[in-house]
Amino acid sequence: MANVTLRNVRKTYPGGFEAIKGVNVDVADGQFCVLVGPSGCGKSTLLRMVAGLETVSGGEIDIGGRVVNQVEPADRDIAMVFQNYALYPHMSVFNNMAYGLRNRGMKEAEVKTRVDEAARVLELTPMLERKPRQLSGGQRQRVAMGRAIVRQPKVFLFDEPLSNLDAKLRIAMRVEIRKLQRRLSTTSIYVTHDQLEAMTLADILVVMNGGQVEQFGNPLAIYEKPATTFVASFIGAPPMNLMSMRADEIKSQIGNSGDAGILGIRPEDFVITDQTPAGGVALPLTVEAIERVGAETFIYGSRKQDEQRIAANPGELPPGEVIVRIPGSEAPPIGQKIRVAAVRAKLHLFSDDGRTRIEA
Amino acid sequence: MQKQAIFQAKLLPYALVAPQLAIVLIFFYWPAAQAVIQSFLLQDAFGLSTSFIWFDNYIELFQDPAYYEAIVRTFFFSFAIAVSSLSFALLLAVMADKPLRGSMLYRTLLIWPYAVAPPVVGVLWIFMLHPSLGVLSRYLRGMGVDWNPLLDGDQAAALIILAAAWKQISYNFLFFLAGLQAIPKSVFEAAAIDGARPMRRFWTVTFPLLSPTIFFLLVVNIVYAFFDTFGIIDTMTRGGPGTSTVTLVYKVYTDGLLGGNLGSSAAQSVILMVMVIVLTGIQFRFVERKVTY
Repeated sequence: MANVTLRNVRKTYPGGFEAIKGVNVDVADGQFCVLVGPSGCGKSTLLRMVAGLETVSGGEIDIGGRVVNQVEPADRDIAMVFQNYALYPHMSVFNNMAYGLRNRGMKEAEVKTRVDEAARVLELTPMLERKPRQLSGGQRQRVAMGRAIVRQPKVFLFDEPLSNLDAKLRIAMRVEIRKLQRRLSTTSIYVTHDQLEAMTLADILVVMNGGQVEQFGNPLAIYEKPATTFVASFIGAPPMNLMSMRADEIKSQIGNSGDAGILGIRPEDFVITDQTPAGGVALPLTVEAIERVGAETFIYGSRKQDEQRIAANPGELPPGEVIVRIPGSEAPPIGQKIRVAAVRAKLHLFSDDGRTRIEA
Repeated sequence: MQKQAIFQAKLLPYALVAPQLAIVLIFFYWPAAQAVIQSFLLQDAFGLSTSFIWFDNYIELFQDPAYYEAIVRTFFFSFAIAVSSLSFALLLAVMADKPLRGSMLYRTLLIWPYAVAPPVVGVLWIFMLHPSLGVLSRYLRGMGVDWNPLLDGDQAAALIILAAAWKQISYNFLFFLAGLQAIPKSVFEAAAIDGARPMRRFWTVTFPLLSPTIFFLLVVNIVYAFFDTFGIIDTMTRGGPGTSTVTLVYKVYTDGLLGGNLGSSAAQSVILMVMVIVLTGIQFRFVERKVTY
């Protein structure tokens, strides 16, 4: 049981590349913290620094009130689940789980009790004598989990543990991991690039980009009030619609005075209507594509270029396109002109560079 | 997918494999058959009279204590060469596998000795350790070692083992390095988190995961020590002093070409052939099936 605190943590590689540019994160005891971000944002590096597999170039990593910058991985009292599981291929499932306990000189009877208990929880009991290569992907994943929980460490670290599983198993294991963590209430740090995994698992969500924390906090709070356009487009699928607007456009459309900025509206916050809600905005669209996924339908529409321009920052929508998400499967036909509107409360306004949120 | 090419003409495929077959037949099967036939014959030194004597060459061989000595010596050499070159190469590979600056350079340098021909290896080492010319001999004597491999059989044997093992280190190193790099780094990291100290990590994770490579190299090294050390022995000691560095292969040469006993030499060749077949058989059987973790 421990809290994990990162104070201004930095990582600079010998070549001069700065992978982590000063990260501050505080994970309270028993919390499930998820680090999410695109590939190369430094989230795995940060996790490996907490594990002690990467050196720390600056700042402090504190586990349970002890600064562990110079502490060996073995002595940090953490357990890690790797993306490729990193099972010992020459050892049986039992020995894989027992290895860490035996290395610490635990008595064989106690080792057996703990491994048997973990195997029972993870439904691995019939497979204890098998070698990893005789197991399916999901079973290997569970062995990796078992290896972590038998140790009863202060902190669990997960490095994209589900990304090698198929979609169905991934959802099942996601729920399993959450239940297990709740039951053991062990502080956990979980790295993923999948925003859905991040939203569903996290008590505390850390959105990273380019070696920095863009925003951290409760996942729903982040979803409802993204701090930057990066967070706005990264969290939520399909991503938030972002449109660059001039100062006069902002003034005329939403009545805010100030500089030019970026207006963001989530696809589900649009409704098809001829009315314009008071203080809200409306967009005339031409329907270009329809995606029906059953419970909901995505409408891809284009706007006339002269009415409003859309930001063309990387990762955002291509110019002139807006995604609208409506419940059910009824949708206007392709080519039809429609009008969508969003209420004032559902508008997000960001500064022109997308780095700050402006409370509208 | 059609995996086999279909030839319309009946003769073409045979014509295409003919050169390879001719080489194998002329340079391998013909001499091997010659050796088998020769091993049943008794011939005088000038080749004037030949008589068929059945297994007398073999019987004589197995009643000769010198032959047993050569067998024991050869096995001892093989074992010593294989163990010393394997363990040293493994040590180097584990070191070279670490992410250090200039690793490409020293990895390349470590591979170079393999390009040196065995007789040249022999010459190099004898230059360094020759009792009157050698640079290292001076230091050895300075340390009070009575170093004279030209007179002392044990020292001569040590010299052969040293040179032969040194030559093979590069080859083993290359395979060990490749073997180490084939193991996912995360397995070592998991072991580190699991509390295994470097030495324990090596013996419980690295070594077992390298066991297929180790077994493969063990067989290759034994075959090497059996057959490819001829050049080293011939340049360094010529089997001497006395017969203290005569291995089975060297004995084939001395008995046949120097001693003129072609029948016995041929019989020894046939026995060696059987040994190679057995070793290769073991290698095929185990490397391909048994030794997996």
